[in-house]
Amino acid sequence: MPPDTGEQRIAIESDADVVTARQRARELAAGLELTSTDQTLLATAISEVARNITTYATRGEVLLSIVRDNGGREGIRVIARDQGPGIEDIDRALQDGYTSGGGLGLGLPGARRLVDEFDIESAPSQGTTVTLVKWSRVR
Amino acid sequence: MAVPILKQGPFLIASIQAALTDTDVLQLRDDVMSQVTRHRSRGIIVDVTALDVMDSFVSRSLRGIAMMTRLRGAETVIVGIQPEVAFAMVQLGMNFEDVQTALDLEEGLLLLQGREGPGDGAA
Repeated sequence: MPPDTGEQRIAIESDADVVTARQRARELAAGLELTSTDQTLLATAISEVARNITTYATRGEVLLSIVRDNGGREGIRVIARDQGPGIEDIDRALQDGYTSGGGLGLGLPGARRLVDEFDIESAPSQGTTVTLVKWSRVR
Repeated sequence: MAVPILKQGPFLIASIQAALTDTDVLQLRDDVMSQVTRHRSRGIIVDVTALDVMDSFVSRSLRGIAMMTRLRGAETVIVGIQPEVAFAMVQLGMNFEDVQTALDLEEGLLLLQGREGPGDGAA
């Protein structure tokens, strides 16, 4: 086990890995001042972005780390990345109800609503990197 | 991990024990459908108390179970959605309006028995 402050990497290759990724994040978050509700929101967001990896890219990884801002506030950063087909139209992929994978089209826009910071980088055949941050509410 | 499904009178009770993978959820759907047919069940309770996350896939699948069983003449009630999970589902934008829910197993059984009419429910 890496130390708590170190980065954890979870390979995402199957639906069981999706569960592992969100459980690891919850363990990490429990060590910070993240409320139980915030832990659930983060775990749900991770489930959405990690599932996108298995659905669209087959495999990829989730990196978890603890981040601190200048005010000393702690949070969890999640990087979900793959080398899959990438997203042609990111704006469209962030709209509720748009899907190219047969789902509800809530994955990316929903995950964005569940976290405090959300960033996505993607280009066709370049893969996709989604970065999420959930901050603790106490300083 | 398979979800155990118990038969209680005209009803089925599926008690989810731990976090579900997508494969487990699809298995649950198939198991519920085949058991509803085998037992001619009139109601199904899916107890999700043990789930700490209900993402869009799980929510959509449970909703699918409710729709499918309804087409077979059986009503599904989802019970035990945790407060934090409910909050996350709303933030996520899940529409669960056409799915029956109840606080816990007991309330869910009462709901189904109420549909059956007096003297006709499970003992």
